[in-house]
Amino acid sequence: MISVKNLKKTFGELEVLRDINVEIKEKEVVVVIGPSGSGKSTFIRCLNRIEDITDGHVYIEGTDISNKKVNINKVRTDVGMVFQQFNLFPHKTVLENIMLSPMVVRKWKKKDAEEKALALLRKVGLEDKAGVYPESLSGGQKQRVAIARALCMEPKVMLFDEPTSALDPEMVGEVLEVMKQLAQEGMTMIVVTHEMGFAREVGDRVLFMDGGYIVEEAKPDDIFSNPKEERTKAFLSKVL
Amino acid sequence: MDFRWEIISEYLPFFMRGLGYTILASLIGFLIGALIGLVIGMGKSLSNPILRLPFIWYVNIFRGTPLLVQIFLIHFAVMPIFIKPPEPLISLIVALALNSAAYIAEIFRAGINSIDKGQREAAYSLGMSHAQVLRHVVLPQAFKRMIPPLGNEFIVLVKDSSLGAVIAAPELFYWGRVAVGAYSRVWEPYLAVAVLYFVVCLVLSYVQSFLERKYATDDQRKKPKKNLRRTRGTAGH
Repeated sequence: MISVKNLKKTFGELEVLRDINVEIKEKEVVVVIGPSGSGKSTFIRCLNRIEDITDGHVYIEGTDISNKKVNINKVRTDVGMVFQQFNLFPHKTVLENIMLSPMVVRKWKKKDAEEKALALLRKVGLEDKAGVYPESLSGGQKQRVAIARALCMEPKVMLFDEPTSALDPEMVGEVLEVMKQLAQEGMTMIVVTHEMGFAREVGDRVLFMDGGYIVEEAKPDDIFSNPKEERTKAFLSKVL
Repeated sequence: MDFRWEIISEYLPFFMRGLGYTILASLIGFLIGALIGLVIGMGKSLSNPILRLPFIWYVNIFRGTPLLVQIFLIHFAVMPIFIKPPEPLISLIVALALNSAAYIAEIFRAGINSIDKGQREAAYSLGMSHAQVLRHVVLPQAFKRMIPPLGNEFIVLVKDSSLGAVIAAPELFYWGRVAVGAYSRVWEPYLAVAVLYFVVCLVLSYVQSFLERKYATDDQRKKPKKNLRRTRGTAGH
Protein backbone atom coordinates (compact mmCIF):
# COMPACT_ATOMS: atom_id res chain seq x y z
CA MET A 1 0.00 0.00 0.00
CA ILE A 2 2.85 2.34 0.87
CA SER A 3 6.31 1.73 -0.40
CA VAL A 4 9.28 3.91 0.44
CA LYS A 5 12.49 3.52 -1.58
CA ASN A 6 15.79 5.26 -0.80
CA LEU A 7 14.00 8.24 0.69
CA LYS A 8 16.31 11.13 1.49
CA LYS A 9 15.48 14.49 3.01
CA THR A 10 17.83 17.37 3.67
CA PHE A 11 17.20 20.80 5.14
CA GLY A 12 20.03 22.80 3.63
CA GLU A 13 23.18 21.10 4.89
CA LEU A 14 21.35 19.02 7.43
CA GLU A 15 20.61 15.44 6.38
CA VAL A 16 17.53 14.38 8.26
CA LEU A 17 16.62 11.24 6.34
CA ARG A 18 19.53 9.38 4.80
CA ASP A 19 18.17 6.24 3.20
CA ILE A 20 14.74 5.06 4.23
CA ASN A 21 13.30 1.87 2.78
CA VAL A 22 10.09 0.37 4.04
CA GLU A 23 6.95 -1.38 2.84
CA ILE A 24 3.63 -0.96 4.57
CA LYS A 25 0.79 -3.34 3.88
CA GLU A 26 -2.90 -2.69 3.98
CA LYS A 27 -4.48 -2.85 7.47
CA GLU A 28 -1.07 -2.81 9.06
CA VAL A 29 -0.37 -0.65 12.11
CA VAL A 30 3.22 0.51 12.00
CA VAL A 31 4.62 2.38 14.96
CA VAL A 32 7.69 4.55 14.52
CA ILE A 33 9.85 5.17 17.59
CA GLY A 34 13.22 6.75 18.13
CA PRO A 35 15.02 9.58 19.91
CA SER A 36 14.17 13.18 19.07
CA GLY A 37 16.01 14.37 16.00
CA SER A 38 16.05 10.87 14.56
CA GLY A 39 13.91 11.97 11.61
CA LYS A 40 10.69 10.14 12.46
CA SER A 41 8.44 13.20 12.15
CA THR A 42 10.12 14.20 8.90
CA PHE A 43 9.67 10.64 7.64
CA ILE A 44 5.92 10.57 8.28
CA ARG A 45 5.53 14.09 6.81
CA CYS A 46 7.16 12.89 3.60
CA LEU A 47 4.46 10.24 3.22
CA ASN A 48 1.88 12.85 2.15
CA ARG A 49 4.51 15.29 0.89
CA ILE A 50 3.70 17.93 3.48
CA GLU A 51 7.48 17.89 3.53
CA ASP A 52 9.13 18.01 0.11
CA ILE A 53 11.00 14.88 -0.82
CA THR A 54 14.67 15.57 -1.56
CA ASP A 55 15.46 12.25 -3.20
CA GLY A 56 14.09 8.74 -3.53
CA HIS A 57 10.54 7.53 -4.00
CA VAL A 58 7.38 7.24 -1.98
CA TYR A 59 4.63 5.16 -3.55
CA ILE A 60 1.09 5.51 -2.22
CA GLU A 61 -0.96 2.71 -3.76
CA GLY A 62 1.43 2.66 -6.67
CA THR A 63 1.50 6.43 -7.24
CA ASP A 64 4.97 7.90 -6.90
CA ILE A 65 4.37 11.11 -4.97
CA SER A 66 8.02 12.15 -5.26
CA ASN A 67 7.10 12.90 -8.89
CA LYS A 68 6.24 16.61 -9.00
CA LYS A 69 3.72 16.03 -11.78
CA VAL A 70 1.53 13.84 -9.62
CA ASN A 71 -1.66 15.52 -8.41
CA ILE A 72 -0.68 15.50 -4.77
CA ASN A 73 -3.99 16.96 -3.61
CA LYS A 74 -5.75 13.91 -5.00
CA VAL A 75 -3.36 11.56 -3.22
CA ARG A 76 -3.77 13.43 0.03
CA THR A 77 -7.52 12.86 0.05
CA ASP A 78 -6.70 9.20 0.68
CA VAL A 79 -4.05 9.88 3.32
CA GLY A 80 -5.35 11.31 6.58
CA MET A 81 -3.01 13.06 8.96
CA VAL A 82 -3.17 13.94 12.63
CA PHE A 83 -0.71 16.46 14.04
CA GLN A 84 0.92 16.93 17.40
CA GLN A 85 -0.53 20.45 17.65
CA PHE A 86 -4.03 19.40 16.45
CA ASN A 87 -4.23 22.28 13.95
CA LEU A 88 -7.98 22.62 14.14
CA PHE A 89 -9.35 25.64 12.29
CA PRO A 90 -10.12 28.17 15.06
CA HIS A 91 -12.63 30.14 12.98
CA LYS A 92 -14.86 27.14 12.42
CA THR A 93 -16.98 25.10 14.80
CA VAL A 94 -16.13 21.50 15.53
CA LEU A 95 -18.72 20.33 13.02
CA GLU A 96 -17.55 22.81 10.36
CA ASN A 97 -13.96 21.70 10.90
CA ILE A 98 -14.95 18.17 10.02
CA MET A 99 -17.29 19.04 7.15
CA LEU A 100 -15.06 21.56 5.39
CA SER A 101 -12.85 19.31 3.36
CA PRO A 102 -15.49 16.74 2.35
CA MET A 103 -17.56 19.64 1.04
CA VAL A 104 -14.92 21.68 -0.78
CA VAL A 105 -12.66 18.85 -1.93
CA ARG A 106 -14.97 15.87 -2.31
CA LYS A 107 -17.94 18.11 -3.23
CA TRP A 108 -20.31 16.34 -0.87
CA LYS A 109 -23.68 17.89 -0.23
CA LYS A 110 -23.93 19.71 3.07
CA LYS A 111 -26.49 17.27 4.41
CA ASP A 112 -24.32 14.25 3.65
CA ALA A 113 -21.20 15.85 5.11
CA GLU A 114 -23.09 16.80 8.25
CA GLU A 115 -24.48 13.32 8.69
CA LYS A 116 -21.07 11.75 8.31
CA ALA A 117 -19.42 14.33 10.57
CA LEU A 118 -21.96 13.77 13.32
CA ALA A 119 -21.50 10.01 13.06
CA LEU A 120 -17.75 10.46 13.45
CA LEU A 121 -18.20 12.78 16.41
CA ARG A 122 -20.35 10.10 18.02
CA LYS A 123 -17.59 7.63 17.35
CA VAL A 124 -14.96 9.75 19.11
CA GLY A 125 -17.41 10.56 21.91
CA LEU A 126 -17.86 14.26 21.20
CA GLU A 127 -21.29 14.49 19.68
CA ASP A 128 -22.30 17.16 22.18
CA LYS A 129 -19.44 19.42 21.07
CA ALA A 130 -20.55 19.75 17.43
CA GLY A 131 -21.50 23.40 17.71
CA VAL A 132 -18.65 24.75 19.80
CA TYR A 133 -15.40 26.34 18.66
CA PRO A 134 -12.13 24.46 19.16
CA GLU A 135 -10.92 27.01 21.69
CA SER A 136 -13.30 25.70 24.32
CA LEU A 137 -12.09 22.09 24.00
CA SER A 138 -9.45 20.35 26.04
CA GLY A 139 -6.36 19.02 24.30
CA GLY A 140 -7.66 15.47 24.26
CA GLN A 141 -10.97 16.60 22.81
CA LYS A 142 -9.20 18.68 20.15
CA GLN A 143 -7.16 15.73 19.07
CA ARG A 144 -10.22 13.50 18.85
CA VAL A 145 -11.90 16.13 16.67
CA ALA A 146 -8.77 16.24 14.52
CA ILE A 147 -8.98 12.47 14.09
CA ALA A 148 -12.66 12.74 13.15
CA ARG A 149 -11.81 15.49 10.68
CA ALA A 150 -9.22 13.33 8.97
CA LEU A 151 -11.55 10.31 8.94
CA CYS A 152 -14.37 12.24 7.30
CA MET A 153 -12.40 12.21 4.05
CA GLU A 154 -12.62 8.41 4.23
CA PRO A 155 -8.87 7.95 3.90
CA LYS A 156 -7.25 4.61 3.16
CA VAL A 157 -4.37 5.27 5.49
CA MET A 158 -3.92 7.46 8.56
CA LEU A 159 -0.68 9.13 9.59
CA PHE A 160 -0.27 10.12 13.23
CA ASP A 161 2.60 12.49 14.01
CA GLU A 162 3.09 12.31 17.78
CA PRO A 163 -0.63 12.66 18.42
CA THR A 164 -0.37 12.58 22.21
CA SER A 165 2.88 14.48 22.77
CA ALA A 166 1.20 17.84 23.36
CA LEU A 167 -1.38 16.42 25.75
CA ASP A 168 -1.56 16.46 29.49
CA PRO A 169 -0.98 12.93 30.78
CA GLU A 170 -4.56 12.36 31.86
CA MET A 171 -5.81 12.94 28.31
CA VAL A 172 -3.45 10.63 26.50
CA GLY A 173 -5.65 7.64 27.19
CA GLU A 174 -8.80 8.97 25.50
CA VAL A 175 -6.89 9.67 22.28
CA LEU A 176 -5.10 6.33 22.29
CA GLU A 177 -8.43 4.63 22.87
CA VAL A 178 -9.83 6.16 19.67
CA MET A 179 -6.71 5.13 17.78
CA LYS A 180 -6.92 1.61 19.14
CA GLN A 181 -10.51 1.33 18.00
CA LEU A 182 -9.49 2.55 14.56
CA ALA A 183 -6.77 -0.07 14.37
CA GLN A 184 -9.24 -2.78 15.31
CA GLU A 185 -11.51 -1.69 12.47
CA GLY A 186 -8.69 -2.43 10.08
CA MET A 187 -7.41 1.06 9.27
CA THR A 188 -3.90 1.18 7.88
CA MET A 189 -1.97 3.36 10.32
CA ILE A 190 1.47 4.79 10.70
CA VAL A 191 2.05 6.24 14.12
CA VAL A 192 5.02 8.24 15.35
CA THR A 193 4.82 8.10 19.11
CA HIS A 194 6.58 7.89 22.43
CA GLU A 195 3.80 5.73 23.84
CA MET A 196 5.56 2.39 24.13
CA GLY A 197 2.51 0.78 25.68
CA PHE A 198 0.48 1.66 22.59
CA ALA A 199 3.25 0.39 20.31
CA ARG A 200 3.33 -2.91 22.13
CA GLU A 201 -0.42 -3.39 22.36
CA VAL A 202 -1.66 -2.10 19.01
CA GLY A 203 1.33 -2.12 16.68
CA ASP A 204 1.84 -4.88 14.15
CA ARG A 205 5.35 -3.72 13.55
CA VAL A 206 7.73 -1.25 15.15
CA LEU A 207 10.32 0.77 13.29
CA PHE A 208 13.15 2.15 15.36
CA MET A 209 14.73 5.20 13.74
CA ASP A 210 17.98 6.91 14.60
CA GLY A 211 20.23 9.33 12.71
CA GLY A 212 18.02 9.37 9.61
CA TYR A 213 17.92 5.59 9.17
CA ILE A 214 15.52 2.84 10.14
CA VAL A 215 17.92 1.02 12.43
CA GLU A 216 15.71 -1.89 13.32
CA GLU A 217 12.24 -3.14 12.53
CA ALA A 218 10.44 -6.01 14.17
CA LYS A 219 7.23 -7.15 15.81
CA PRO A 220 6.62 -5.19 19.03
CA ASP A 221 7.24 -8.14 21.32
CA ASP A 222 10.54 -8.91 19.64
CA ILE A 223 11.86 -5.38 19.59
CA PHE A 224 10.88 -4.60 23.16
CA SER A 225 12.00 -7.84 24.78
CA ASN A 226 14.86 -8.72 22.49
CA PRO A 227 16.28 -5.71 20.57
CA LYS A 228 19.11 -6.67 18.26
CA GLU A 229 20.85 -3.38 17.58
CA GLU A 230 22.92 -1.61 20.23
CA ARG A 231 21.24 1.73 19.50
CA THR A 232 17.80 0.22 19.92
CA LYS A 233 18.85 -1.29 23.24
CA ALA A 234 20.27 2.01 24.43
CA PHE A 235 17.10 3.91 23.47
CA LEU A 236 14.71 1.37 24.95
CA SER A 237 16.65 1.18 28.19
CA LYS A 238 16.02 4.90 28.58
CA VAL A 239 12.32 4.98 27.76
CA LEU A 240 11.02 1.68 29.17
CA MET B 1 -10.22 88.57 17.46
CA ASP B 2 -13.64 88.28 16.00
CA PHE B 3 -14.66 84.98 14.44
CA ARG B 4 -16.67 85.46 11.25
CA TRP B 5 -19.12 82.56 11.21
CA GLU B 6 -20.71 83.82 8.03
CA ILE B 7 -17.62 82.82 6.05
CA ILE B 8 -18.13 79.24 7.15
CA SER B 9 -21.85 79.28 6.50
CA GLU B 10 -21.36 80.79 3.08
CA TYR B 11 -18.74 78.23 2.08
CA LEU B 12 -20.34 75.27 3.85
CA PRO B 13 -22.02 73.95 0.66
CA PHE B 14 -18.63 73.97 -1.07
CA PHE B 15 -16.98 72.35 1.92
CA MET B 16 -19.62 69.63 1.93
CA ARG B 17 -19.20 69.02 -1.76
CA GLY B 18 -15.43 68.97 -1.24
CA LEU B 19 -15.89 66.52 1.61
CA GLY B 20 -17.89 64.31 -0.75
CA TYR B 21 -14.99 64.29 -3.21
CA THR B 22 -12.54 63.68 -0.38
CA ILE B 23 -14.46 60.60 0.70
CA LEU B 24 -15.00 59.50 -2.89
CA ALA B 25 -11.33 59.84 -3.84
CA SER B 26 -10.16 58.13 -0.66
CA LEU B 27 -12.64 55.29 -0.98
CA ILE B 28 -12.00 54.57 -4.66
CA GLY B 29 -8.25 55.01 -4.11
CA PHE B 30 -8.40 52.61 -1.18
CA LEU B 31 -10.42 49.97 -3.04
CA ILE B 32 -8.18 50.04 -6.10
CA GLY B 33 -5.18 50.15 -3.79
CA ALA B 34 -6.48 47.07 -1.98
CA LEU B 35 -6.78 45.16 -5.26
CA ILE B 36 -3.31 46.16 -6.42
CA GLY B 37 -2.01 45.59 -2.90
CA LEU B 38 -3.36 42.05 -2.85
CA VAL B 39 -1.51 41.26 -6.07
CA ILE B 40 1.69 42.92 -4.84
CA GLY B 41 1.47 41.22 -1.47
CA MET B 42 1.14 37.84 -3.18
CA GLY B 43 3.93 38.75 -5.59
CA LYS B 44 6.24 39.62 -2.73
CA SER B 45 5.62 36.16 -1.31
CA LEU B 46 6.66 34.33 -4.50
CA SER B 47 9.39 31.78 -3.96
CA ASN B 48 11.28 32.74 -7.13
CA PRO B 49 13.55 35.67 -6.14
CA ILE B 50 13.64 37.16 -9.64
CA LEU B 51 9.85 37.18 -10.06
CA ARG B 52 9.60 38.63 -6.56
CA LEU B 53 11.88 41.55 -7.36
CA PRO B 54 9.47 43.92 -9.16
CA PHE B 55 6.94 43.60 -6.35
CA ILE B 56 9.55 44.34 -3.71
CA TRP B 57 10.68 47.41 -5.61
CA TYR B 58 7.16 48.64 -6.15
CA VAL B 59 6.76 48.78 -2.39
CA ASN B 60 10.21 50.31 -1.90
CA ILE B 61 9.57 53.08 -4.40
CA PHE B 62 6.06 54.05 -3.32
CA ARG B 63 6.91 53.92 0.36
CA GLY B 64 10.25 55.63 -0.14
CA THR B 65 9.08 58.76 -1.94
CA PRO B 66 6.74 61.51 -0.72
CA LEU B 67 3.11 61.22 -1.74
CA LEU B 68 3.16 64.89 -2.77
CA VAL B 69 5.95 64.21 -5.26
CA GLN B 70 4.06 61.18 -6.55
CA ILE B 71 0.94 63.31 -7.04
CA PHE B 72 2.91 65.87 -9.05
CA LEU B 73 4.60 63.24 -11.18
CA ILE B 74 1.32 61.48 -11.86
CA HIS B 75 -0.66 64.64 -12.55
CA PHE B 76 1.87 66.59 -14.63
CA ALA B 77 3.99 63.82 -16.18
CA VAL B 78 2.06 60.55 -16.37
CA MET B 79 -1.59 61.49 -16.78
CA PRO B 80 -1.09 63.90 -19.73
CA ILE B 81 -0.06 60.83 -21.73
CA PHE B 82 -3.61 59.49 -21.36
CA ILE B 83 -5.86 62.49 -20.71
CA LYS B 84 -5.40 66.01 -22.11
CA PRO B 85 -5.70 68.09 -20.09
CA PRO B 86 -5.25 65.86 -17.03
CA GLU B 87 -8.22 65.76 -14.69
CA PRO B 88 -7.01 66.57 -11.12
CA LEU B 89 -9.53 64.34 -9.35
CA ILE B 90 -8.53 61.34 -11.45
CA SER B 91 -4.85 62.07 -10.90
CA LEU B 92 -5.49 62.23 -7.17
CA ILE B 93 -7.36 58.92 -7.13
CA VAL B 94 -4.61 57.23 -9.17
CA ALA B 95 -1.92 58.57 -6.85
CA LEU B 96 -3.80 57.51 -3.73
CA ALA B 97 -4.45 54.05 -5.18
CA LEU B 98 -0.84 53.44 -6.22
CA ASN B 99 0.52 54.80 -2.96
CA SER B 100 -1.83 52.93 -0.65
CA ALA B 101 -1.26 49.72 -2.62
CA ALA B 102 2.32 49.64 -1.32
CA TYR B 103 1.17 49.85 2.29
CA ILE B 104 -1.80 47.54 1.84
CA ALA B 105 0.48 44.96 0.20
CA GLU B 106 2.50 44.83 3.40
CA ILE B 107 -0.66 44.53 5.49
CA PHE B 108 -1.89 41.59 3.41
CA ARG B 109 1.48 39.89 3.48
CA ALA B 110 1.90 40.29 7.21
CA GLY B 111 -1.66 39.11 7.83
CA ILE B 112 -1.23 36.00 5.73
CA ASN B 113 2.19 35.22 7.19
CA SER B 114 0.85 35.56 10.71
CA ILE B 115 -1.31 32.46 10.29
CA ASP B 116 0.33 29.42 11.84
CA LYS B 117 2.00 27.06 9.38
CA GLY B 118 0.13 24.17 10.97
CA GLN B 119 -3.16 25.58 9.68
CA ARG B 120 -1.95 25.31 6.12
CA GLU B 121 -0.43 21.88 6.67
CA ALA B 122 -3.67 20.55 8.12
CA ALA B 123 -5.66 21.94 5.21
CA TYR B 124 -3.24 20.53 2.62
CA SER B 125 -3.26 17.16 4.39
CA LEU B 126 -7.04 17.11 3.85
CA GLY B 127 -6.49 17.36 0.11
CA MET B 128 -7.24 21.05 -0.40
CA SER B 129 -5.65 22.96 -3.27
CA HIS B 130 -3.64 26.16 -2.76
CA ALA B 131 -6.68 28.26 -3.63
CA GLN B 132 -8.97 26.32 -1.30
CA VAL B 133 -6.50 26.59 1.58
CA LEU B 134 -6.26 30.31 1.02
CA ARG B 135 -9.98 30.87 0.67
CA HIS B 136 -11.31 28.65 3.46
CA VAL B 137 -8.51 28.55 6.00
CA VAL B 138 -5.91 31.29 5.66
CA LEU B 139 -7.77 34.39 4.44
CA PRO B 140 -10.72 34.24 6.86
CA GLN B 141 -8.28 34.13 9.76
CA ALA B 142 -5.87 36.63 8.25
CA PHE B 143 -8.62 39.12 7.38
CA LYS B 144 -9.56 39.49 11.01
CA ARG B 145 -6.00 40.48 11.84
CA MET B 146 -5.84 42.89 8.90
CA ILE B 147 -8.79 45.01 9.97
CA PRO B 148 -6.94 47.32 12.39
CA PRO B 149 -4.02 48.14 10.05
CA LEU B 150 -6.39 48.47 7.06
CA GLY B 151 -8.52 50.87 9.09
CA ASN B 152 -5.45 52.90 9.94
CA GLU B 153 -4.43 52.99 6.32
CA PHE B 154 -7.83 54.26 5.23
CA ILE B 155 -7.82 57.02 7.84
CA VAL B 156 -4.35 58.07 6.75
CA LEU B 157 -5.54 58.09 3.16
CA VAL B 158 -8.52 60.35 3.92
CA LYS B 159 -6.18 62.92 5.45
CA ASP B 160 -3.53 62.54 2.75
CA SER B 161 -6.12 63.18 0.06
CA SER B 162 -5.89 66.84 1.14
CA LEU B 163 -2.67 66.99 -0.87
CA GLY B 164 -4.95 66.96 -3.90
CA ALA B 165 -5.52 70.68 -3.23
CA VAL B 166 -2.15 71.52 -4.75
CA ILE B 167 -3.21 70.14 -8.14
CA ALA B 168 -6.64 71.75 -7.76
CA ALA B 169 -8.59 68.57 -7.19
CA PRO B 170 -11.88 69.90 -5.78
CA GLU B 171 -11.67 68.08 -2.47
CA LEU B 172 -12.25 69.53 0.99
CA PHE B 173 -8.94 71.29 1.58
CA TYR B 174 -9.05 72.82 -1.90
CA TRP B 175 -12.29 74.60 -0.97
CA GLY B 176 -10.71 75.69 2.30
CA ARG B 177 -7.94 77.38 0.35
CA VAL B 178 -10.46 78.96 -1.99
CA ALA B 179 -12.31 80.46 0.97
CA VAL B 180 -9.05 81.74 2.44
CA GLY B 181 -8.23 83.37 -0.87
CA ALA B 182 -11.64 84.99 -1.17
CA TYR B 183 -11.76 86.56 2.30
CA SER B 184 -8.09 86.82 3.23
CA ARG B 185 -9.05 85.13 6.49
CA VAL B 186 -7.22 81.99 7.65
CA TRP B 187 -8.83 80.90 10.92
CA GLU B 188 -12.40 80.32 9.86
CA PRO B 189 -11.91 78.26 6.67
CA TYR B 190 -8.97 76.19 7.88
CA LEU B 191 -10.57 75.41 11.24
CA ALA B 192 -13.81 74.42 9.55
CA VAL B 193 -11.92 72.13 7.19
CA ALA B 194 -9.94 70.60 10.08
CA VAL B 195 -13.13 69.90 12.03
CA LEU B 196 -14.71 68.19 9.03
CA TYR B 197 -11.66 65.93 8.52
CA PHE B 198 -11.66 65.19 12.23
CA VAL B 199 -15.32 64.16 12.27
CA VAL B 200 -14.85 61.84 9.29
CA CYS B 201 -11.79 60.21 10.83
CA LEU B 202 -13.52 59.82 14.17
CA VAL B 203 -16.47 58.10 12.54
CA LEU B 204 -14.07 55.85 10.63
CA SER B 205 -12.26 54.79 13.77
CA TYR B 206 -15.60 53.77 15.29
CA VAL B 207 -16.44 51.83 12.15
CA GLN B 208 -13.08 50.10 12.48
CA SER B 209 -13.64 48.99 16.05
CA PHE B 210 -17.14 47.84 15.14
CA LEU B 211 -15.71 45.68 12.35
CA GLU B 212 -13.06 44.32 14.67
CA ARG B 213 -15.73 43.15 17.07
CA LYS B 214 -17.91 41.81 14.28
CA TYR B 215 -15.18 39.68 12.76
CA ALA B 216 -13.62 38.54 16.01
CA THR B 217 -13.88 34.75 16.00
CA ASP B 218 -17.20 33.75 17.39
CA ASP B 219 -15.57 31.89 20.22
CA GLN B 220 -13.95 35.10 21.41
CA ARG B 221 -17.25 36.88 21.31
CA LYS B 222 -18.91 34.17 23.33
CA LYS B 223 -16.00 33.51 25.62
CA PRO B 224 -14.40 36.77 26.67
CA LYS B 225 -11.86 35.00 28.89
CA LYS B 226 -9.55 34.47 25.97
CA ASN B 227 -6.46 33.85 28.05
CA LEU B 228 -7.90 30.63 29.38
CA ARG B 229 -6.87 28.97 26.15
CA ARG B 230 -3.30 28.63 27.32
CA THR B 231 -4.22 26.75 30.43
CA ARG B 232 -4.64 23.51 28.63
CA GLY B 233 -6.80 20.78 30.00
CA THR B 234 -9.11 22.60 32.32
CA ALA B 235 -11.89 23.47 29.93
CA GLY B 236 -14.55 20.89 29.29
CA HIS B 237 -13.40 18.44 31.91
